[in-house]
Amino acid sequence: MEPYQGVDYMDLDTLLTEEERMIRDTTREWVSARVIPIIEEHYRAGTFPDELIPEMAEMGLLGANLDGYGCAGLGAVAYGLIMQELERGDSGLRSFVSVQGALCMWPIHTYGSEEQKQKWLPGMANGTKIGCFGLTEPDFGSNPTGMITRAEDKGDHYLLNGAKMWITNGCISDVAIVWAKLDGRVMGFLVEKGTPGFSTRRQGHKMSLRASVTSELILQDVKIPKENLLPGTESIHMKGPLSCLTQARYGIAWGAIGAGMACYDEALSYGKERIQFGRPIAQFQLFQRKLAEMITEITKGFLLNLQVGRLKEQGKAHPSHVSMAKRNGCYWGLWIAREARDMLGANGITDEYVVMRHMCNLESVKTYEGTHDIHTLIIGHRVTGLPAFEG
Amino acid sequence: MKIAVCVVVAPSTDTKVKIGADGKTIDMSDVKLELNAYDEFAIEEALRLKESTGDGEVVLFSVGSPATIKEEIRKGLARGADRAVILDTDTTQLDSSAVAALLTGEIKAFEPEIIFMGKQSVDYDSAQVPSQVAAAMGWPVVTKVSSLAIEGGAFRAEREIEGGVEVVEGTLPAVISAEKGLNEPRYPSLKGIMAAKKKPMEEKAAEAPAPVLVIDCLELPPPRPEGKIVGEGPEAAAKVVELLRNEAKVI
Repeated sequence: MEPYQGVDYMDLDTLLTEEERMIRDTTREWVSARVIPIIEEHYRAGTFPDELIPEMAEMGLLGANLDGYGCAGLGAVAYGLIMQELERGDSGLRSFVSVQGALCMWPIHTYGSEEQKQKWLPGMANGTKIGCFGLTEPDFGSNPTGMITRAEDKGDHYLLNGAKMWITNGCISDVAIVWAKLDGRVMGFLVEKGTPGFSTRRQGHKMSLRASVTSELILQDVKIPKENLLPGTESIHMKGPLSCLTQARYGIAWGAIGAGMACYDEALSYGKERIQFGRPIAQFQLFQRKLAEMITEITKGFLLNLQVGRLKEQGKAHPSHVSMAKRNGCYWGLWIAREARDMLGANGITDEYVVMRHMCNLESVKTYEGTHDIHTLIIGHRVTGLPAFEG
Repeated sequence: MKIAVCVVVAPSTDTKVKIGADGKTIDMSDVKLELNAYDEFAIEEALRLKESTGDGEVVLFSVGSPATIKEEIRKGLARGADRAVILDTDTTQLDSSAVAALLTGEIKAFEPEIIFMGKQSVDYDSAQVPSQVAAAMGWPVVTKVSSLAIEGGAFRAEREIEGGVEVVEGTLPAVISAEKGLNEPRYPSLKGIMAAKKKPMEEKAAEAPAPVLVIDCLELPPPRPEGKIVGEGPEAAAKVVELLRNEAKVI
């Protein structure tokens, strides 16, 4: 079988720089060689492929778009292309890199003190330290502002109490960025593994993102040293966590299209080989219509992601731009995966093929970091000036 | 240590080869070019040698048209080579001896202690250039090396031969051609890719000597004849055995 060559219907490659293509191709080759052969087994077993962490770190995939502290300092588009290729392998792997880079390293890089940056970023870039991001709570998902988790100023330390849920990397993390209310204002705290009162519990029984660690974080009278408050988050309230989400959502937009590309690619080659009624099923009009719709949405999704990326590089991207790309990528990525599963017939339900794994994964990807509906309302807010989710 | 690596950019191994209208060349339209797979082992070995000695320079040498091969050569720089020299010439009429002459002329000026290259390029598979470069340099050559150790000025190379392993020992300078499995080539790191943009890539106009060998014509292998169905199920087995024995003569 020919190696995966990507999905490019109309010379979209010419919109990328030589460097961006090389970064994309390198990640793609690595995913083909190292991820694809092992990911099904991890998915079956419900384990994260942590043997890949050192390799990803060595290539520089962790915090790749950050400057300094051992990070590669890539532009937004190159970073997006990495996410696209990682999620072509599996959403769980891309989720790991998103959480490590966009939700943990980015806030430390953006809101942390110099000491915090020196302490955490080099180790997180080289994969020896893992991070997670605790915002969502059992009763506060789409409405994080309502969070119950509290921080109290006890003079020489902060005291944290509360619980977080659906936390990617939770159990395997050396540090959690926990968002908590101090006098009603949301701030970010670095909670280190092993701090008394801080525990994690793995959430099992998932039908999606099985090759990813999802956890609860439990905080019971956890004493946090004063220097573990992210100083930049002290006076910006919800803008702190939301700005992190904007970074991660941007990567998700690319990743979801990457998963769609994997499904399209598999459906296309299956359709050309599978013979029914004496001809390849790809010759039938209904099959071709599906392929045509899939590749059209992949092409449009890529262009949307690329434009948001270019705006980001110019410092002109608005969170609502990212919302459109995240909403679009996940919606169509999932749609493509569902169609592709259909096109593979009975074979499509087995894990001999990638489509159903991607389809199940994308149900999570469409839901986390702002559901489809929440992003709809963010776009609605932007175009009308009228917020649907406030009063 | 100064280390030279000769690399070639060739059609990717999954290319469906089409013969050009002249019947003598490969139709290069729609052909995806790649750094020759065997050269990746050569580059990796050179980088490891440089890293183990702690200093030195790894320089890539290639013959071809810069416009078509530059992007692939840069991947070698992204892996860690220090700079590249492209000898700019029309490659359609080049044979191995001309390529070897061009490379040797340039490499001599660099004065390396060792030259690495892939055992052959994946397009014409001639496997001539390593030996011809070595002859022109007046150096020993070990081809198809699958394991290499260098200490001081001495090397110990292993090559897989029919039914065993041949061990060759010698002293530098030498030409080493790499077999698959010599090492596991690294992936370029993102920092390496970013740094590659700033590494020197010299393009030099080169006059190729006349080829010794000229390709007269290229032909694709004949299409495989259609298979025949001799029967179905267990009854067919006897017939298949008979055909394998008497017609195909393979058992």
